[in-house]
Amino acid sequence: MKLTPELIIFAMLAGPAALAAVGVVAFGSAIRSALCLVFNFFLLAFLYFTLSMDMPGISQIVVYSGAIMVLFVFVIMLLNPKLIEERKDLKRPFGIAFGVVLFGILASQVLPVLGFEGAKPVVHQIGSPNVIGDALFSSYVFPFEVISILLLVGVVGSVFLAKRRTD
Amino acid sequence: MAYIGLSLFMFSTGVVGVVIRRNPIVIFMCIELMLNAVNLAFLSFARYRYATEGHSLNQAIGGPMMVIFVMAVAAAEVAVGLGIIMAIYRLKEEVDVDELNLLGG
Amino acid sequence: MDWLHNLSPAIQDVLSAIGRAILAIIPIFAPVPVIIWYERRLLSWMQDRIGPNRTGNITFSRTSKMVPSFLRGKKFKLFGLAQSIADGLKLFTKEDIMPDKTDRVLFILAPLIALFVALTLGCTIPFGGDIRFTPVADVNVGMLVILAISSLGAYSTVLAGYSSNNKYSLMGGLRASAQLISYELAMGIALAAMVMNSGSLRMTDIVKSQDAPLYGVVSFIPNWNVFTPMGFISAIVFGVCMIAETNRPPFDLPEAENELVAGYHTEYSTKRWGIFMMAEYMAMFTFSMIFATVFLGGYHFPIRWDVLAPYENMYLVGVVVMLTKGAVGLTVYIWVRATFPRLRYDQLMNLGWKFLLPLAVVNLMITATWIFAAKVYGPMAAWMVGLVCYGVLFIVWAAIRHQAKKTQPQFQSRSVNMVNSPRRVLDVVPNKEVTP
Repeated sequence: MKLTPELIIFAMLAGPAALAAVGVVAFGSAIRSALCLVFNFFLLAFLYFTLSMDMPGISQIVVYSGAIMVLFVFVIMLLNPKLIEERKDLKRPFGIAFGVVLFGILASQVLPVLGFEGAKPVVHQIGSPNVIGDALFSSYVFPFEVISILLLVGVVGSVFLAKRRTD
Repeated sequence: MAYIGLSLFMFSTGVVGVVIRRNPIVIFMCIELMLNAVNLAFLSFARYRYATEGHSLNQAIGGPMMVIFVMAVAAAEVAVGLGIIMAIYRLKEEVDVDELNLLGG
Repeated sequence: MDWLHNLSPAIQDVLSAIGRAILAIIPIFAPVPVIIWYERRLLSWMQDRIGPNRTGNITFSRTSKMVPSFLRGKKFKLFGLAQSIADGLKLFTKEDIMPDKTDRVLFILAPLIALFVALTLGCTIPFGGDIRFTPVADVNVGMLVILAISSLGAYSTVLAGYSSNNKYSLMGGLRASAQLISYELAMGIALAAMVMNSGSLRMTDIVKSQDAPLYGVVSFIPNWNVFTPMGFISAIVFGVCMIAETNRPPFDLPEAENELVAGYHTEYSTKRWGIFMMAEYMAMFTFSMIFATVFLGGYHFPIRWDVLAPYENMYLVGVVVMLTKGAVGLTVYIWVRATFPRLRYDQLMNLGWKFLLPLAVVNLMITATWIFAAKVYGPMAAWMVGLVCYGVLFIVWAAIRHQAKKTQPQFQSRSVNMVNSPRRVLDVVPNKEVTP
């Protein structure tokens, strides 16, 4: 395999991203895990940029790093959970073994089929905002509306859950 | 394809996290990790398979569309999920998924 | 410069990337001492004080033999410009204190995140019409980059508050994150209306769309976004949100000194505190320039005049115009700080969620209607439809306000519960028996 600049950039982004993913699971305190996840999402956005997906990458930062994870950190701070000590029981080794086996099976089945094919020239600029906007309001208009209703339901549900009972 | 490899790795890490951790917030974060792994796979397939010669734009746009929808669903899910966690915390003063067996009867 | 061209293209790319990164930082980083001096002098002028005016004045001795003859007895005035440099030197040479029982990693990380956000926020603001004059890259999602980076700013305050292991810091961090999340939404929607108006997320396109005769009629005034009705409302919403995003007075709840000592940076000292300070001032300046780009026509002159037209294409003129517009924004920041008292927490939340957000959403919808009407029926019909919409909006708002005023009970008395003392009620109504 030849060492191209694309590959170097990918390695520089993917290595820390994988480490951060491990950190989410491995760190004891919730806020450390949350920060690892933020870092992971931030790097993922740059991986999307290397795939020339501008719009999904930037909305990754806006939605995940900027909104969802801030919510997580906020809740962690608010609850300030007395650290639930992770008991050392059988769950841990079994879980790790299960994960390794899962990764082995998936990788052995999926990766050889794909092979390391080189980047073919791109003909559709599917990452740019106008193309995505056009598609959202033409062929994907029904899922778009359904998603918007789902978001509305989510808003109402979270308001209802977070409301203090005043009866 | 190295992207798919990374995606698989992140997915497995998320599964391990869901299985072994007890803090519900961390479990939630692991679910987010799995969703993102899937997003990465969608985008890399869209870029390397369908954005090239011989495929129409309609085929190619499916990947980014799916990613946008997954993000929207994840946002809604997190809002409701964190609300539930807060409610449980207020009720029980202790959040440990292994101790939550009220519905078990 | 031949050796540059002889390098391999990959290394050239890396070098140009590094150069662009440095160029992106300089116009935001270099003015910070001047901004701080400017704020202190302007604020003291507004408050009828003198402010720092001595530091940096050099008076040479009239009699000493050590001084060259042409300097004897001369005075050099710097009007206190060196004050912020002296402050910076003091900060960076003091003893570095980190309290016990802090979360060390997060404690160090928090100011760095603040600095990162402040430095990268301006990476897509164009300083000139050419692609080389956008600091990092004129990407086709430029506006979203700004929203994305500014939304990361919440982490610095939250982490600073959490890691300090101090109740005041924690309160400050919680307030900061709540405030940033609330005002982020209104800011995004206000910018979205402007994006719809220009038809592009690219910053240079947004600037270009403002370079036309006003309303298509008045030829000597450019068609800036503030002059259009929806742009005016967006500018108000964005202006308020931008002050709230940078935690400046009157929205400095997270660091309100008479409630929370110093808020999230109570436990910080020396360099790290200085970094927080610098990040705040850099963010102020960057937000002013974003405001200038989106609403005030970016790097174009405020007057469309044929004599000036050739100078607009000289790109350094564009840089000067942009920096001047940024300075105007800074002046407004300081003016607002000197004018308004700090908001209460519930007032802050009410302003964000009950006033700015609905206003921005309605403005977005009216903008969409406006664009649709302009496309289908022409600009005159669009003006009529738009103004009718705004009229209806105002009437509905006035009606809701009137109704709310009628139904809301007016409280006549206030009670104060004192800690560790018998409960007593202080009534506004005099001559009422006070129960111990």
